Amino acid sequence: MKFVDEYRDRSAVQQMAQAIRRTSTRPWTLMEVCGGQTYTIVKTGLQGLLPEGITLVHGPGCPVCVTPLEMIDRAVAIAQRPEVILCSFGDMLRVPGSTQSLFDAKSWGADVRIVYSPLDSLHLARSYPNREVVFFAVGFETTAPANAMAVWEAEREKIPNFSMLVSHVLVPPAMEAILSSPDCRVQAFLAAGHVCMVMGFEEYVPISQKYRVPIVVTGFEPLDLLEGVRLAVAQLESGRAEVENQYLRAVRRSGNRPAQERISEVFEVTPRAWRGIGEIPASGLRLRETYRQFDAESRFAVKIRHVEESKECIAGLVLQGQRKPFECTAFGIRCTPDTPLGAPMVSSEGACAAYFHFGRRNEDGNSIVSTATTGH
Amino acid sequence: MAILSCPLPRPATDRILLAHGGGGRLTNQLIESVFLSAFSNPALQSRHDGAVLPLNGGGLAMTTDTYVVQPLIFPGGTIGDLAVNGTVNDLAMCGAKPLALSAGFVLEEGLSMASLRTIVASMGAAARIADVPIVTGDTKVVDKGKGDGLFVNTAGIGVVIAPKPVSPESVRPGDAVLVSGDLGAHGIAILSVRGGLEFEGAVSSDTAPLWPAVEALFEAGIEVHCLRDLTRGGLSSALNEIAAVAQLRITVDEVLIPVSDIVRGACELLGLDPLYVANEGRFVAFVPESDASRALEILRSLDVSAGAVRAGTVYEDSCGIVTLRSRVGGNRVLDMLSGEQLPRIC
Repeated sequence: MKFVDEYRDRSAVQQMAQAIRRTSTRPWTLMEVCGGQTYTIVKTGLQGLLPEGITLVHGPGCPVCVTPLEMIDRAVAIAQRPEVILCSFGDMLRVPGSTQSLFDAKSWGADVRIVYSPLDSLHLARSYPNREVVFFAVGFETTAPANAMAVWEAEREKIPNFSMLVSHVLVPPAMEAILSSPDCRVQAFLAAGHVCMVMGFEEYVPISQKYRVPIVVTGFEPLDLLEGVRLAVAQLESGRAEVENQYLRAVRRSGNRPAQERISEVFEVTPRAWRGIGEIPASGLRLRETYRQFDAESRFAVKIRHVEESKECIAGLVLQGQRKPFECTAFGIRCTPDTPLGAPMVSSEGACAAYFHFGRRNEDGNSIVSTATTGH
Repeated sequence: MAILSCPLPRPATDRILLAHGGGGRLTNQLIESVFLSAFSNPALQSRHDGAVLPLNGGGLAMTTDTYVVQPLIFPGGTIGDLAVNGTVNDLAMCGAKPLALSAGFVLEEGLSMASLRTIVASMGAAARIADVPIVTGDTKVVDKGKGDGLFVNTAGIGVVIAPKPVSPESVRPGDAVLVSGDLGAHGIAILSVRGGLEFEGAVSSDTAPLWPAVEALFEAGIEVHCLRDLTRGGLSSALNEIAAVAQLRITVDEVLIPVSDIVRGACELLGLDPLYVANEGRFVAFVPESDASRALEILRSLDVSAGAVRAGTVYEDSCGIVTLRSRVGGNRVLDMLSGEQLPRIC
């Protein structure tokens, strides 16, 4: 497969790993921001190819993981209304709310559907004019343009039975939140390539300067990630802190202008709570006043109780790179993909699920937990 | 050990979820917690694709399977082909030559007669190709809305011709792991019509009877230790089930596992892993190292297994796990599917 195979070539990857070994003289801790990157790292066993001192910690870039519990409860409550067809991306349906996931709600009779694009839910709204079609919009800057497009289309076509439950989040404020924590271990970032494909990378320059931290815009294939590591390590070794672009084949400095325009026409920046982390100022998107009639939150006034997260779950620390999944006492025992305590155990992009599926070993290669003996 | 109270969230076990039918971890839990305890007996306990019952010094294999696929007619086959081939294959995986099948239909009021005829004709054709008669059957009709057009159940009996038990317990350290062809075509063919997705070039289901390939191995005197068709849950689930029962480690190399470009591309796009995608005409065979190259040669000489490869090896390890050497050379655990495989978000 063109544009994929060349970035998974075994000998090219081994050569890049060697180049990193030659570059690094000291231990460094790097964070890959995006859950898609975490998935590749764990799925292809990349950590094992790096020199011992280089530690990759996994960032908050998993849309499913950071969507607040209350928002999932709200989606479940809306889905339970008989007139509603609730649509979202597959992963989102499995995330536990305080009492139910959307899949649970489906097994109790709610009309919950997986779609591949928000425009599919718009199509559903046209096909079922007597039902209320609600799209549960989660994600980062990557999914925002298509979601904005769906609302823009709904307004243009005056589709009255379509609305959107918006829980959008933005990457740069989360990176700042991580860097300003007193327990921050992160010395360099591999920024999320697809987010930068939309937004460009100008906005990372002040972060890099303020916190003296190298930021390398990085792709998602094994060779991309290793090259990102090499560039970040080279900066750290030489005392530089700059924004660099590894993902040249997809990312331009200014990003995708038409996509940005569509986002800012439909959405505005708002404070947003992140599951496991808490509220971060100016870290989310909500519908602008002119599009507020499509806001599912105001269309369906559902009452949501305030709920506490599982006390044992350390998802927030995992999402900030302060703990590895296997450092959680529930990992693989009380918390598994079938019985998740926290969202990172649900999505394939969640660090805990990635470790559960592809590792269940610590970095010395020793088994953390044997599923044969624990049962659940 | 202190009992920690984790009230959130409740495990979703008080209702059946779709994932209970996904062939992964939840399916296994369902079988263990509900069916095995209620039906407990030695033949069932072996957890094979079919049961092997002793009969006059020989062995009689028996299996049953129910088909609920949507759409009923898809690229490369129909629910009828699947129902015949699936049961023939379950018998083959027990080392048994299929003797006869039954067919039970649940028809929904309003199903078009033309669709029914097409499906039944394809069952007849598949049975003739597999050289096994459908000797008994049953039909029920349910109210509109109470069935998805048509469900089919087939059961089959076969006579065991394997000289030694073909089961996960027979797998030995050092065994070669043979995969009979490229993976994922059936699952992607179904998804492509179900999701209204179109890919460059057509993907057709690989549905086919596997008995000829299995029979050829036995006729050549290959010492077959274990066979498993790679249906729900794909190669990963099959290997994990076998590794868990055998209490051995199965190691496969991603580079050696064949996946067509179209299936890889579709999986890439949808965020699926071809190693978990269902097949209806593929199987894995465990044979001793000394028989491995001869077995491959035999498999490759037949159309149904022309793409056979050696994908890995079995090692001593009481953990009962499957490991994968990734495309780029890293090592990781290849886990059983949890829940349904879901398309990812971005």
